[in-house]
Amino acid sequence: MSLLSLSRVAKRFANGTQALRDLSFTVAPGEFVSLLGPSGCGKSTALRLAAGLLAPDAGKVDFPHGKPQIGFVFQEPTLMPWADALTNARFPLDLKSMPRREADVRARAVLARVGLAGFEHALPRELSGGMKMRVSLARALVAEPKLLLLDEPFAALDEITRNRLGDDLLRLWREDGLTILFVTHSVSESSYLSQRVLVMTPRPGRIAADIALPHSRDDRLSAVTVEAQRTISAELNQATA
Amino acid sequence: MKRLTDIAFPLLLAALVLGGWEAAIAHWQVPQYVMPAPSAIARAFCANFTSLMESLFSTLSVTLQAFFAACVLGVAAAIGFSQSRLLERTLYPYAVILQVTPVVAIAPLIMIWVGFEHINLALVIIATIVAFFPILAGATLGLKSADFNLLDLARLHGASRLQILWRIRLPTALPYLLSGMKTAGGLALIGAVVAEFVAGSGTATGLAWRIVESGNRLEIATLFAALALLAAAGVLIFAALSLLEWALLRRWHESAISQAA
Repeated sequence: MSLLSLSRVAKRFANGTQALRDLSFTVAPGEFVSLLGPSGCGKSTALRLAAGLLAPDAGKVDFPHGKPQIGFVFQEPTLMPWADALTNARFPLDLKSMPRREADVRARAVLARVGLAGFEHALPRELSGGMKMRVSLARALVAEPKLLLLDEPFAALDEITRNRLGDDLLRLWREDGLTILFVTHSVSESSYLSQRVLVMTPRPGRIAADIALPHSRDDRLSAVTVEAQRTISAELNQATA
Repeated sequence: MKRLTDIAFPLLLAALVLGGWEAAIAHWQVPQYVMPAPSAIARAFCANFTSLMESLFSTLSVTLQAFFAACVLGVAAAIGFSQSRLLERTLYPYAVILQVTPVVAIAPLIMIWVGFEHINLALVIIATIVAFFPILAGATLGLKSADFNLLDLARLHGASRLQILWRIRLPTALPYLLSGMKTAGGLALIGAVVAEFVAGSGTATGLAWRIVESGNRLEIATLFAALALLAAAGVLIFAALSLLEWALLRRWHESAISQAA
């Protein structure tokens, strides 16, 4: 049974734009799924619907096993500029009023896991773009989510940083048995990272193709990865034509 | 080196102006009841030192009480507005009316209502009205400026309104509030002076009243001494609030960081 299921979801914005129509897809527990589409196709809206930050106008967003703990990563790091890395990473635990000592231990551990040991007391402005995104990732992981939703998290980063963060995300996914829904507009990113790519049409967005990528792709330039990119690109061209 | 010239050049200018002033008064033999020389002002200051200090204390006391009252009321109103759009839409126009109505025009009314037997309270109320608006405006803007994604994240983790206010909205509002406070500090002093003018003889004992009284008696040197003290009080308030701003924001806010650089 799936962890997350959207069935025939529609969403219209206040300004009248139909962002999504008849959007249906499921995500199985433990899967790494990419939601790929051109800018403005409603990918982010779909992610917010999945998170429960928006309510659909029609259709259903459902968690058959019950709503899991959700971690969310935005395109921008979205950190509190007045708070250090530790306090930012601890934020979800603070909201749950977890005792400070326990919360600190967990936040330190998760910062270490994203490669930020020693930067606990650095403020966001003292960190590079990639490091800020790591703090954001740590904050998403600190409450031990089952489902991690990422909204083009690496889009604003340079390629080297982006690739490194992608590899780290894959490692965290394997270690924790997370379920990941990853919004992106990058064919290469989706082909390398995910097990399944959902290609969306331009607005109003719906799923145009559901591409399974069962082969392991440990190399960004391996024949399997390149082949996957070709398949995804073809579907994307067809969807946006 | 830059720091040194920042202090030295203004001081040099002050010395030149005061020296020129002194020389001009001596040269044209201007009578003291028209324009006193700096040396005469200094003598008047020393001669009236105790009473001038009492007046300064009186005016500063009204100013500070009004400033704190304006801070508390302004922040409280802004928090109320941030929690309820209805409250904001209902009350904000009246805050604006209070702001645009010249306080000199309402001051006599407040004097009558509060009564001359509670003159200090009346002065504080008038000065508070003058200082209130920048705090309200700054805090309201600041509380609204919270990062939408951060608010969404808090909601995703089940944050309460109080948690959102305390952990996100208030820290976001701090730079805006401090900027409003800097304006309000100066305005509280202006409000105190205006209130003393309106209160008139026999009741007020602050610097503004000393200015009126000295003017009536043609003791222009004392008037200047009181004026200089008022200016010094204004500078002191501004400097104290700038220091507070720097201390609170220097680690994370762009405005304070660029100042330090």
